[in-house]
Amino acid sequence: MEGLHRFLATFFDPAMIEAHTLAVLAGVWITLEIGLAVIVAGIGLGLLLACLRTYGRRFFNFFIVCFADIFRALPPLVLILILYFGLPSAGILLSGPMVLFLVLSLTLAAFAEEIFWAGFSAIDKGQWEAGIATGLGFTGTLFHVALPQALRLATPPLVNRVLAITKMTALGSVIGVEEVLSAATTAQSFSGSATPLSLAAIAYLIIFLPVVFLARFLETRQRWGRA
Amino acid sequence: MTNRPMLEIVALEKRFGTNTILKGIDLKVSEGELVFVIGPSGSGKSTMLRCCNRLEEPSGGDIIVNGRNIMSGTTADLNRMRLQVGMVFQGFHLYPHMTVLDNVTLAQRKALKRSRPEADARAMDMLENVGLAHKAKAYPSELSGGQQQRVAIARALALDPKVMLFDEPTSALDPELVGSVLKVMKDLRDKGMTMLVVSHEMGFARETADRVVFMDGGVIVEEGTPDEIFGAPKAERTRAFLARVKN
Repeated sequence: MEGLHRFLATFFDPAMIEAHTLAVLAGVWITLEIGLAVIVAGIGLGLLLACLRTYGRRFFNFFIVCFADIFRALPPLVLILILYFGLPSAGILLSGPMVLFLVLSLTLAAFAEEIFWAGFSAIDKGQWEAGIATGLGFTGTLFHVALPQALRLATPPLVNRVLAITKMTALGSVIGVEEVLSAATTAQSFSGSATPLSLAAIAYLIIFLPVVFLARFLETRQRWGRA
Repeated sequence: MTNRPMLEIVALEKRFGTNTILKGIDLKVSEGELVFVIGPSGSGKSTMLRCCNRLEEPSGGDIIVNGRNIMSGTTADLNRMRLQVGMVFQGFHLYPHMTVLDNVTLAQRKALKRSRPEADARAMDMLENVGLAHKAKAYPSELSGGQQQRVAIARALALDPKVMLFDEPTSALDPELVGSVLKVMKDLRDKGMTMLVVSHEMGFARETADRVVFMDGGVIVEEGTPDEIFGAPKAERTRAFLARVKN
């Protein structure tokens, strides 16, 4: 009984909840803003690159593959530190949120490109032939025939990847972006209570659980027709 | 059938690396004619067919459709020419993410720029012809192979092609479904469509073909009426092939 009381006092102290909820909520807002921007830019760029790659131009594809491989290999934290602490020495000053947005959206774009590309690769060659034989041309077939099928195949792995990368907005706490975790750690160091960290955990659950449910839902319905 | 050539294949060559698949093919298909191509696998018959709309890029020679050479001109010209050459594949290749109706209207709307109501009306006519108007709202996965192939034929016909190419249209079908597809092809022939057919349906060839072409090793070995080819083949290779097919 003593143990439980202490646990609650540490992680769910009512006074601390009252004092710091607003600060964490402000962090939620920033996490959502940066997260949404990363999702839109990352998926958009990844899709664009995967579409370009279907044209099979060796010159472009070399750069696309290099980009995807490098950004999938590098830990985002390393890039964040380089851009935030390294670039100013070269005379380029980027704000914390901008660095976080750039690094995460490029990382997501790299993964998204590979996921969309896998979707394109899984489409039967006959689909392209049917489109081209009916006069749609390569670009018409890409947009009307291949892309809708690739999107469908790509959605479940893409949602998982979006989840993994938008969670990394928490890395913003290292470079002073006032997102959820940053707001919570600040409150924690001022108050000496772990309760703000619990609030952060709850906030992350509220933000990301719906995305997890969405991923699960999308994985269960994958067919056309008889769905 | 008239004597006006609708599809002319002139000195067609195709090489993959050092491997020569087609060694100078010359073939004319007149307006309203049904030409049947037979031959052992690897003889180049499908490759020849696929060169006729440049799904396969010829290494040499010319393809002339309705008096125009499709080997010259821009990409836009080529896409316009492809509208005149309908193609039916062994594997159907319907778009799985679209209803039957949308499968038949897509190229009408996007390539021919027909309005949605116009394309729908045309599609329903074509589906009616192949006996599948009642499946317009279904998805391809809900159809049998024979039904899918008939939709694929309707999809090609909706673009008002001058020539129809059939690449082993019944080879992927269960035996009991073959008849429905052959019937549609026969109707099409009776309406005067120009057709070039690669297939192993010898009985159908006998019954409907105006001319039968036997290919082997990348050349046309022999051509003639069905009676000539099936009844009294001149070349030894033709005889050997027909003997193998009969058994």
